This record gives sequence, structure tokens and C-alpha cells, in this order.
Amino acid sequence: MFGFVLRRLAVVIPTFLGITLLAFALIHMIPGDPVLLLVGERNLDPEFYKAAMHRLGLDQPLYLQYWHYLSGLLQGDLGTSIRTHEPVVKEFFTLFPATVELSLAAMLFATPLGLVAGVVAATRRGTVVDHGVMGAALTGYSMPIFWWGLMLIMLFSVHLGWTPVSGRIALEYDIEAKTGFMLIDTLLSDEEGAFLSALHHLVLPAIVLGTIPLAVIARMTRSAMLEVLREDYIRTARAKGLSRLRIIVVHALRNALMPVVTVIGLQVGTLLAGAVLTETIFSWPGVGKWLIDAIGQRDYPSVQGGILLIGTMIILVNLLVDVLYGVINPRIRHAR
Amino acid sequence: MAADIQSGTHQTMTVQDYPSPLREFWQAYRGNRGATIALAYFVVLVVAALLAPLLAPHAPSEQYRDALLAPPVWMEGGSWRFILGTDDAGRDILSRLIYGAQLSLFIGLLSVLMSILPGIVLGLLAAFYPQRLGVAIMRVMDVMMALPSLLLAVAVVAVLGPGLANTILAIAIVCLPASVRLTRAAAMTELNKDYVIASRLAGAGQARLMFNTVLPNCMAPLIVQATLGFSAAILDAAALGFLGLGVQPPSPEWGAMLASSRDYIERAWWVVTMPGLAILITVLALNLMGDGLRDALDPKLKKMG
Repeated sequence: MFGFVLRRLAVVIPTFLGITLLAFALIHMIPGDPVLLLVGERNLDPEFYKAAMHRLGLDQPLYLQYWHYLSGLLQGDLGTSIRTHEPVVKEFFTLFPATVELSLAAMLFATPLGLVAGVVAATRRGTVVDHGVMGAALTGYSMPIFWWGLMLIMLFSVHLGWTPVSGRIALEYDIEAKTGFMLIDTLLSDEEGAFLSALHHLVLPAIVLGTIPLAVIARMTRSAMLEVLREDYIRTARAKGLSRLRIIVVHALRNALMPVVTVIGLQVGTLLAGAVLTETIFSWPGVGKWLIDAIGQRDYPSVQGGILLIGTMIILVNLLVDVLYGVINPRIRHAR
Repeated sequence: MAADIQSGTHQTMTVQDYPSPLREFWQAYRGNRGATIALAYFVVLVVAALLAPLLAPHAPSEQYRDALLAPPVWMEGGSWRFILGTDDAGRDILSRLIYGAQLSLFIGLLSVLMSILPGIVLGLLAAFYPQRLGVAIMRVMDVMMALPSLLLAVAVVAVLGPGLANTILAIAIVCLPASVRLTRAAAMTELNKDYVIASRLAGAGQARLMFNTVLPNCMAPLIVQATLGFSAAILDAAALGFLGLGVQPPSPEWGAMLASSRDYIERAWWVVTMPGLAILITVLALNLMGDGLRDALDPKLKKMG
């Protein structure tokens, strides 16, 4: 097991270094003078310019600059935001819980629904139900989620007035951020109705963000189930006279879950990319919206740090999924 | 011909009686109703894009001050003058969608070409030289795959700046790893087959082996990938446009059209709905075509259903 984890790590480290290189290159490929950009002065006097170059380390050779960047990274230094003059790491991790909360809610919506839809489609293969579910799944998979979000806002917020249009909670509540997760923080606070308000705000963005994972999970569950339902042990179970439900849930679904779990793990990337769009539509104060705002305001240290941190998160979760997969399935652990 | 085969008159069949590969492919493709409808839609879209100046009732940026936010024809107050209504600047939405199809198809086509062609070369190199070069290529691709496509595109555009050319470049870069991996995987399975070994023994050079011997046999998955890449490109381009990082307004790019529409969500649903529908239907059609192509080109996968 230990060797297995080490082997996975050995693959991850070069990828991480690659992402640092990408993030490093990002700021050096921006057209224009980085000093003018970072210091933001138009008519710099040459003395000051030189001092700034030196202070930012830009007068050193590139490999030294990269080395300093890397050693700064390992000490948790990702630079300072131009907009707020706060450390990028601090800004990121203040907003990150909002994105995580949204992503978890999205998966909480997508996973059970996707599993049920996939199982139903597989067990009614070739019927109208199957075609309907698969058609809906392909539509969901093709969905421009930024538009989907607008459609849902139009229906549920504007016409029906069921859900709020934007933000994480109604303005009248002042919730102290203890964990950064609004649902937990509202429960911890003693403000009446705050939890419900937070839940109200979460529903629509979670559905929007969960749509593509839902479609992917449904498709995957269906094909995995179809594969399993052909197996001999299913016929055996049927011959033993087990109930249909028991065969499907206990005998088939359990064995079909493996590829589905992998696909669920792989949704992290989809979620974080989707968060950029979903958070923009719903003014959700997470890292996705923060990143887009940073690009809009040419806050390059934040862009650089944001890309790096989001990339790192994805690598870490994928590593975790890989390792978990090895824990569940010994065949993978021992394969070379 | 097909009837001959079914009625079992094999004995009388000569070699010419076999359906040509193209015909065989078309019959398999046509069996998939969704894919056929999608293809028909796509042909219409391409024709509309090519003939935009003839088909569009108005110029895409012509502003009709007397008809701001005019509703579509079937609604109260709508007229045949603006079939799908007008936007906040009095521009005809249908005309903008037709001209927008030009942009979307252009972006899709160019970024697929710009990712598939280098992807094929890199993938073949990685398959033929698996020792050092292959490892190096695949490592770089792994890094690019680590970031979700939209985020990588956002990063590229953040550096290069928004605009049509940079959108195409960003999406081409984003799609590159998938084509490299696919070409490599397909080429690796071909490499050990007898016909490749035979032509190697016959003295074919590496370049000839790569492009003349192996590549034609890797085309099926690549064609499918090109179709699916096309749909991903259109979707990502629209997302970039929506975020204000892609093609800039007043260009009638579908995503950019949506960017400003949020303000009219309460008053003019058609401004919000139409461009998104165009994106959804086009992406859906390309995905259906991709499924149909895969089934028709690779009968092995079809059985999996």
C-alpha cells in the first residue's frame, strides 16, 4: 500500500512542478513591462525603476527568478494582490470555502439523481424511459451552464419568486465567518432564519453547477450497469428467486459503482471550472468569481496564484481518488 | 445490394458487390436517427453561416431605434420584421444569430485544426519514440490536462488578452492534449500489428511508417475526437465570450450576446433565451454526430450500447 502511494506521488510531483512553471511563465509572458504593471506608475524615474526591478528580483536570470518563486511557494508565499494589498494565499483561502460549499452541494444534487437515473435507464434499456433519460443526459452534457443558470433565474427567481437571484445569504443577516461554510456558520450563529436563507441561496447555483456532473454520472452509471447486468452472477441471483430490487441494488449496482466512483472523482475539474461561470452568474463570492475579477482588473499576482492553487487542488483531489481507488480495489494497487 | 446479403446469395457475389466503405459507413450512420437529424441541422447551420449576407434579414449591427427590445413574432406586439425580436440596442436577434454562426463555426473549425494537426504529429512521435521524446511529450500533456479546459483557456486569454484570434489560440492549446493522447494510443495499438512490421521490414522509413502506414488506420477515433472537440470548442468559446474574455461585443458571438443579456432577464426573455438555445442546439448536434460517427466507424463500440 505504501509503495502504491509513493508511486502515485512520483507521478504527481512533476505535474505539480509543471503547473508552477506554467504559473511562473504566465506572469512573464504578459505583454508590457512587469514593473510598470506591478508598481503601476507611468513616468517612473530611472533610479526608482532600477530599485523596483531589483526589489522584485526581475534583474536576475530567469532560472534564479523561478528558483526564488518556487522557494517562496513552498513557504506559502504567492505574492500580494495588486487590488487589496493582501497576500494572495490569504485571499484565496478566505473565499475557497464558498466554492467548496457550492461544489459539495452540487455533487450532493448530482450524485444520487445521476445514480438513480442511470440505473433506471439501464434496467429499462431500449424503452422510452431509457431514451428519455439518455436524451436528457446528453442535453445536460451539452449545456452551456452560464445560459442554464440565467434560464433558471428567469423561471424560479423572476417568475415564481421562489429563490433569490444572487449572493450567499440575505443582506439583513450578519454572519460571522467561523468556518467559511455558510450553512454551518448560520447554524452556529443564533440568528433566526439565517440557515434557511443560506439554503435558499444555495439551491439554484448548486443545481446549475451540478448539471454536467449529473449528466456524466447518469451516462456512466447506465453503461456500467448494462455491463454488470450481463454477468452470470446476475442470472444466478435471478434464478435463486431474489427480488428485482435486491438484484439491482445489492448485486448489480454495487459492482457497477467502481467506474462511477472514478468519474465522480474526476468531476473536481469540471466543478472548479464550472464554478468560474456559476459564481459569475450568481455573484457567489468564491474563488471562481475572484479569479475572473482579478483578470478583469489585471491583478496578475492573484491570477497567477489562483491558477496555481486551483490546479494544485485538482491534482490533490485526483491523487486522493487514485489512492482511494487503490484501497477499494486491490487489483489496481498491485498492478504495476 | 444489402438485400442480396440478407437473402443469403453469398455464392453469386463478386468482389464488386460489397458496399463501398463510404456507403457502408453511411448506412451505419443513417441507422442512428438522432445523429442523422443532428447532421441535417449542422448542414443547415453551415449553409446559413456561409450565406449569412443573403439569408439574414438585417445587418447584424444595424440598430433600429424605433424597435428596442421588440418581442418575437408570435408574441403580442411582435412582427415579421424581427422574427426573433430585437435586443436592447434594437438589433435583430435572428440576424445576429446567423452571423454569430459564422463566428462559432470559424472558431470551432480553426481551433480543431490547430489542435488536431500538431496533436497528430506529437502523438505519432510519442508513439514511435516512446523512450525519451514520448515521455517528455506526455509529461507536458499531463500538466496541460491537470487544469480543466475552461480554466486553462482563461489563463491563456488572461495572458494574451481577449479577442477572436486569442480565443482560437487558447482553445487550440486546450484541446491539444486530448488529440495527442488519442493519436498516441491509437498508434501504439497499430504499431505491433503485422502489417506495420511488414512494411518496416520492407524498408519503409520512419516518416513513411508514421504518416502513410499507421496514421490512416488511426483515423476513426481522430474523426470522432475532431467532432467532439468541435463541440467543446464552441462551448468554451461561448463561455469565454460570456465572461468577457473572448470575442468582444458588438461582435454577434453567441456567448458575448449573453454577457449583457442578464440585465433584461425581467423584461425581455428572448434576449436571454435565443443565443443560449443556439449554443445548446449546436453543441448537442455535434455531440450526437460524434456518437453516431463513433458507432458507425467503430462497430466494436456499438455493441456496448
